[in-house]
Amino acid sequence: MESTGFVRTTMVPAVAPPISERTVVGWLRTNLFSSRLNSALTVLFLALIAYVLWQFLPWAIRSSWTANSLDECRASIKAAYGEHASGACWAVIRERYLQLIYGFYPAEYYWRPNLTFVLMLIALAPILFPRVPRKLLIFSGIYPFLGYWLLWGGSIWGVVLVVGGLAAAYFLLTVLSERYGLLVAVTSIVVGTILWWMVAVAPLQGVLHSVIPLGLPAVASNQFGGFTLSTIIGVTGIVASLPLGIVWALGRRSDMVIVRAISVGFIEFIRGVPLITLLFVASTLLNIFLPPGTSFDIVLRVVIVVTLFSSGYVAEVIRGGLAALPAGQFEAGAALGLDYWKSMRLIILPQALKISIPGIVSSFIGLFKDTTLVSIIGLLDPLGLSNAIRADSSWNGIVWELYAFIAVLFFIFCFAMSRYSMHLEKRLETGH
Amino acid sequence: MVRIRNLVITVSLFFVMSIGLHAQTLDDTRANGVLKCGINTGLVGFASPDADGNWEGFDVDFCKAMAAAVLGDPDAVEYTPLTGKQRFTALGSGQVDVLSRNTTWTFSRDTDLKQTFAGINYYDGQGFMVHASSGVTSVHELDGASVCIQTGTTTELNLADFFRANDMAYEPVPIETNAEAKQQFFAEACDVYTTDQSGLAATRAAHENPDSLIVLPEIVSKEPLGPLVRHGDDQWGDIARWVLNALITAEEKGITMDNVSSMGETNDAEIRRMLGAEGELASYIGLDNDWAVKVIASVGNYGEIFERHIGKSTKIGLDRGYNALWTDGGLLYSPPFR
Repeated sequence: MESTGFVRTTMVPAVAPPISERTVVGWLRTNLFSSRLNSALTVLFLALIAYVLWQFLPWAIRSSWTANSLDECRASIKAAYGEHASGACWAVIRERYLQLIYGFYPAEYYWRPNLTFVLMLIALAPILFPRVPRKLLIFSGIYPFLGYWLLWGGSIWGVVLVVGGLAAAYFLLTVLSERYGLLVAVTSIVVGTILWWMVAVAPLQGVLHSVIPLGLPAVASNQFGGFTLSTIIGVTGIVASLPLGIVWALGRRSDMVIVRAISVGFIEFIRGVPLITLLFVASTLLNIFLPPGTSFDIVLRVVIVVTLFSSGYVAEVIRGGLAALPAGQFEAGAALGLDYWKSMRLIILPQALKISIPGIVSSFIGLFKDTTLVSIIGLLDPLGLSNAIRADSSWNGIVWELYAFIAVLFFIFCFAMSRYSMHLEKRLETGH
Repeated sequence: MVRIRNLVITVSLFFVMSIGLHAQTLDDTRANGVLKCGINTGLVGFASPDADGNWEGFDVDFCKAMAAAVLGDPDAVEYTPLTGKQRFTALGSGQVDVLSRNTTWTFSRDTDLKQTFAGINYYDGQGFMVHASSGVTSVHELDGASVCIQTGTTTELNLADFFRANDMAYEPVPIETNAEAKQQFFAEACDVYTTDQSGLAATRAAHENPDSLIVLPEIVSKEPLGPLVRHGDDQWGDIARWVLNALITAEEKGITMDNVSSMGETNDAEIRRMLGAEGELASYIGLDNDWAVKVIASVGNYGEIFERHIGKSTKIGLDRGYNALWTDGGLLYSPPFR
């Protein structure tokens, strides 16, 4: 019997995808004009975008970059584009962009904030990206002190002594905790370290500095400003508030009554009080309660307040992550015979933090933008400076150009953070 | 709340007094080598930073004058930009030693807040500005107008008082900051903009076409602005007061930045006493004999400071008005150097 079966011996040649999938027109049809309603909405929004650009672009382009005052700007724009033209006076940015970035930091030392910024990226790299060699983490540990010294200057011995105190404390901790138990060791070492910092560092620093004078010229806190100030406050707040937030979050779920009470009290206090109030406390009330003549650095005070504030919010975000984990995960940890810290470190926190990433990053972005609030306590961050620049009678009346520049600076930072968080979510994605 | 406020005031008073009791501000300032001066965070003509970060302005020059008198160097000043809310705590807590920040001298600030005003260096007052196209020429024609007004200021209270006293109605357009008020008024969101006269002049100068705006002649409040120091150190207060008086007297006597070095040879006994060519006046306030020479050589007399920062030749273009010398029909009057 003759077989009528057919076995194909060659592959069917590949056919191009349907037209709707490969041409621009096809893409437009599926995505923008798939129905009458969508078509109408597309047209409406295109018109809206066109209108905004129509209004904005001539203003942004018909501008003056060379003038030395607002009047000169207006005159040169009129001369170039006609009597009724109005345009942006970008000249104010040309004259003041260094001030908006560095504040009143002495110009000959601009390399110091620059170097600090570059080193910050290096120090953050091993924390942010797993492919970077782990050994760099040692540098990340040293960096906060190095950065402080670079920015504020002064004798290097002060920083060395503070770090030395910490290192000695860590060494003693391992020795003492074996012999006398953890509680005694921690208490005595914390007290000892604080005493070391408060009593011994200042005179020793003087002695060492007179033997080997090694240091940078000091820059006072009132010379900090502009975007440098925002970055210092924002980055320090972000980096320091994450571990603190984790501690508060774990404390809030702890079985120990006092730990839980303190954590709940702290978090609820922070969340119940506006940041502006806390900043006012830092700037004015502390002045009254500290002994006269004590000058506790204002930038440092603000950094501490911002860090505490942010840690309260981060704690709640992380608590959300902890609550989202099924109880089985905690029980599994216990069943494996892990103690509290091990089960947290190996099982609970990796999962809880992964769930919390979007929330944590948005609270960080919020924190970074909240740094502009320091302008209300007289610190000249970019927004505070924009007011000060407008007070110069040459630039009195400038508004949008300054805000546009500041918005671009902030956008770059916040957008980078948001992108990184998406990257991190993808990398940690395990739910296949 | 009242109890907390009292507690805060009591505690702050305790520290303020303790500063006054065991610290002579003059000695401390000399030991530090810089004068700690509180200024505005930015007010056109009164305090603003230039592109290199140097502060300048009418109020800033008083800090420079003090530094010249006390330390001999007008640049030996540590400026602390302060907001309206911070300024009194900063002064009371010793963060700054003199506040030169367009501060109105009022009863409660002088007494309840325990401060000493060194005098008045600018007589301001609340005024009104309208668009020229409205044709209004007097405040009394403003019945029913909409008024852009900064909330939470004495200006707001003065406005309400004035309209009630004159039995007129108005529609407030509440606004948070001066910059915002400017934008609203320029966009004709309100008929009238009211704030201090100096502020109106600065706002008007920022407009593309200043002639399209008119400042009405009436002034409805007294806003005497001046530098101030803490209660408790009378010597320091005297120095601030007489630095200001020296600036005013210098204008009255025709002593300027350029001729001050040769004025000691004049026959006018008061000039000779002030400039230290005769008598021992300087020793009474603990300064060097040539303190006034240094002050005037570094910032000029009152008139020169005024003209340099806010006068007719500047963009703000304020009239001397009440701020002319008493001999020219103004209110500036310094007690004699005797």
